[in-house]
Amino acid sequence: MKTFRTGGIHPPESKLTGNSPIEVMPLPSELAIPLSQHLGKPAKPVVKMNDEVKKGQLIGEADGFISANVHASTSGKIKAIKPHPHPGGQYAMTVFITPDGKDEWAEGLECAPADWKRLSKQEILRKIKDAGVVGMGGAGFPTNVKLSPPPDKKIDTLILNGAECEPFLTADHRLMVESPEDIVTGLEIMASLFDGPLKIAIGIESNKQDAIETLQRYALPKQIEVVSLKTKYPQGAEKQLINAITGRVVGEGELPFDKGCIVQNIGTAAAVCDAVCRNRPLIERVLTVSGMEISRKKNISARIGTSFSDIIAFCGDMSEKTNQIISGGPMMGKAVFSLDVPVVKTTSGILFINNPALGKSMERTCIRCGRCVEVCPQGLAPWLLANVAQLRHFDEIQTLGLANCTECGSCTYVCPSGRELVHWIKYAKALVANRQKRKSA
Amino acid sequence: MQSVKLKVSYAPFVRTKDSIESVMYNVALALAPATVMSIYLFGMRALLVNLVCIASCIGFEWLMDTIRKKPASCLDGSAFVTGLLLALNVPSNLPLWMLVIGSFIAIAAAKHVFGGLGHNVFNPALVARVFLLVSFPAAMTSWPVPFAVDMETAASPLGILKTDGVEAAMKSLDLMSGFYGTMNGSMGETSSLALLVGAGWLFYKRYITVYIPFTLLGSVFLFTAIFHLIDPAAYAPPLFHMVTGGLLLGAFFMATDMVTSPLSVRGQIIFGLGCGLLTAVIRLWGGYPEGISFAILIMNGFVPLIDSWDLNDRKAIHQKKLQTT
Repeated sequence: MKTFRTGGIHPPESKLTGNSPIEVMPLPSELAIPLSQHLGKPAKPVVKMNDEVKKGQLIGEADGFISANVHASTSGKIKAIKPHPHPGGQYAMTVFITPDGKDEWAEGLECAPADWKRLSKQEILRKIKDAGVVGMGGAGFPTNVKLSPPPDKKIDTLILNGAECEPFLTADHRLMVESPEDIVTGLEIMASLFDGPLKIAIGIESNKQDAIETLQRYALPKQIEVVSLKTKYPQGAEKQLINAITGRVVGEGELPFDKGCIVQNIGTAAAVCDAVCRNRPLIERVLTVSGMEISRKKNISARIGTSFSDIIAFCGDMSEKTNQIISGGPMMGKAVFSLDVPVVKTTSGILFINNPALGKSMERTCIRCGRCVEVCPQGLAPWLLANVAQLRHFDEIQTLGLANCTECGSCTYVCPSGRELVHWIKYAKALVANRQKRKSA
Repeated sequence: MQSVKLKVSYAPFVRTKDSIESVMYNVALALAPATVMSIYLFGMRALLVNLVCIASCIGFEWLMDTIRKKPASCLDGSAFVTGLLLALNVPSNLPLWMLVIGSFIAIAAAKHVFGGLGHNVFNPALVARVFLLVSFPAAMTSWPVPFAVDMETAASPLGILKTDGVEAAMKSLDLMSGFYGTMNGSMGETSSLALLVGAGWLFYKRYITVYIPFTLLGSVFLFTAIFHLIDPAAYAPPLFHMVTGGLLLGAFFMATDMVTSPLSVRGQIIFGLGCGLLTAVIRLWGGYPEGISFAILIMNGFVPLIDSWDLNDRKAIHQKKLQTT
C-alpha cells in the first residue's frame, strides 16, 4: 500500500458517519453568504438591498485574478449586506438572503446535462470560473486558476484527493460512494484541459474500502487509476499525497505544478461536473456533522450560507457539555466563536466536541523526546521552530524551514508536554508575512 | 436552541493522551523489574533505600520549585524517576543521610540550577552518583553480598578485576549468575535479566530508540573483545563486561534520558559510540573499576555541540533553498 515517506501519525479515526447516506437539508429561513469563501480577494457585491435574486444568480463577482464568484443559494430577497461572523474566525462582508420559498433557478442555469466534450478548453475554464468553484478541501483556492498553470510548467499527473485523512470527516467518503459518476466526469473534464500524456489517479485511504471499490468500477474503464493509500495522517495533504502517489517531493517554496502535478479535491471534482455539465454554480456542499456532543451525527448536503444554528436545529440535541464547535476537521479545523457562522464553500465538516483541556494552561517545558521531529511529514524540527518563534527571532526562524510547514498539526498532536507547536509556527508565519509586507510597502 | 458557551483554542483539537507524567511513570514502570530484583536480592534495606531516594527527590523538587517560584512539578514523575535511578545506582547499605545528600545534588545542583526539567545538561541521577562516589568512596564501593543476613560485604566483580586481575574476577563470577543478578553490586544494576525486561517495555512504548543503547553496548563489546583477543590473560572477555557493573542500566535507562541525549539519529549514534568507548577505556585502564557514569556524563556535555551541528545542517539546507527560490 502506498504512503508518504516521512513522519505521519495515526489519530483515532472516529469516522462515525461513514455509513450514513447524505441527507438534503431543508431550506433555512435565512441565508448568510459571505463574499469571501476562498483564498484571495473577497468578491465584489453586485446586488443591493431589497433586490430580488434567483437561485444561482451571481451576487458577488470575482475581484482580481485570485478570487471567486459567489452565488445566491436560493431565490429570495436581499435583506442586508453587512459584516457577519465567518468560520475563519473574523467578521466578513456577508450577503443576507430571505428565501421566498420558491427556490427558483435563474435563467439558463440547471439545464439538462450537456455534452462537455464539445466545449473548448476556454469554455470549460470559463464555466468553472463562472460557477465559483474553489478547492473544497479547506484552502479554497480558485479551481480555474489552479487548472491554468503557467505555460512553462508541464503537467503530467492529475491527482484526485479522496484520502480524507482528518478524523471524523466522511463527506468526501459519502460523495465517492453516492456520486461516483459525477466525480469521474469532473475528473475527466479537468483532465481534458491538459495536452500530452497525463496520468490520472484517485488516492483513497484504505479505511474507505467501499469507496475504493465503487470508484474502481467507474474509473478503471476510463484509464483512471484508483490508488489505495495507507490510513495515516496527513495522507491527504497536497505534498504528502503527491509523494505517496508519484514518489516526487515538492520541496521548499515549490508548488505542486513545479513537479508536474495538480491535486484536486473530491468535492471540487463533483462541483466541476455540476458547473460544466449542468450549468449549476457552487451553491451547496456535502459536509459531515459529527463529534461526541451531538446526538444525530450525519452527512448533510447544505446550502452555502446555512448558519450553524440551523444545522444544529436539523441535526438536533447538542449536549450541554459542548464547549467547542469546530469548522473543518479536528486536526486543521478552526473553533468558531458564534453559532451564527454560516457554511461556506470550504466547510468540510462541523464537529461538536467537549475539549477538557480548555481553560487550563497546558503548555509545559519541552523534554526533548523528539516525537515531533519523528512525526513531522515535512522533516522539520517543530520544537525548535516553536522555541525560536517564542523568542521572536523572525530572521533565524526562516532559515529553519518555516515556509515548509504545512500546519498539519501532527507535532502538536503527539507532544507529551502539550506545547502548542503548530500555533507558534503559524504565529511566526503571520508575523514574518507582515514584516515582509511592510518592507515591500 | 440550547445556549452554550463557545470557546476558541488552537488546532489540533485532538491530542494524544501522552503527557510528561505518562512518559516518566512508564520509565518508572520499566525500572520496576530491577527494583523488585533489588529488594529480592538485598532485602528490606533495599526497599528503604528506594523509598528514601524517591521521597527526598520529590521533596527537594518541591522545595526548589517553591524557592524558584515555579509551578509545582514535584509530582510530574521526573523527580520520581531520578530518585529511583539514584537508588538503583548505589549499594543497598549506604547510610541514609548520604542518600539525602545525593538527592539534593541530583535535584538542586544537577537539575534546577540549569532551569529544571528539560533544561539540565547532565543526567541528575548520574551527577548525584558520581558526587557520592568521589565524596564517600569507601561507602560507595562496599557491596553487600546478595541474600546476606549480617550485612556481609565484598568487592564487586569489576572491583576484583581492577585489583586482582582477570583470573580472580572470572573465578568470582559465573556469567549466568551475573545475568540473573546474584552478584555484588549496586542495587539495581546486578540483574541483567530484569533490566532487559524493562528495556523491552521502553522499546515497546517507543520512548527509547535502538541507536543509543545498541551503539553503546556494541562499542563496549567490540572494544573489550579486541583487547581480550590480543591478551586474554590481561583483559576480561566482553561478556564479562556486558553483565557486570552498571553497563545495562546505563545503556538503557541513563544514556537514553530524553533531556540529556541528542535528538537526531546521527547524533544518537555518535553519543552512543562515545559513551561506549569512554566506558571501555575507563574500565580497562582507568583508576575506577566502573566507567559508565563518567562516560555518560562526559558525553552529556557534548550533546549541545552535537545538536548545534544538526542545527547548522538544517539551516544550510533551508538557506540553499531560500536562495534558489
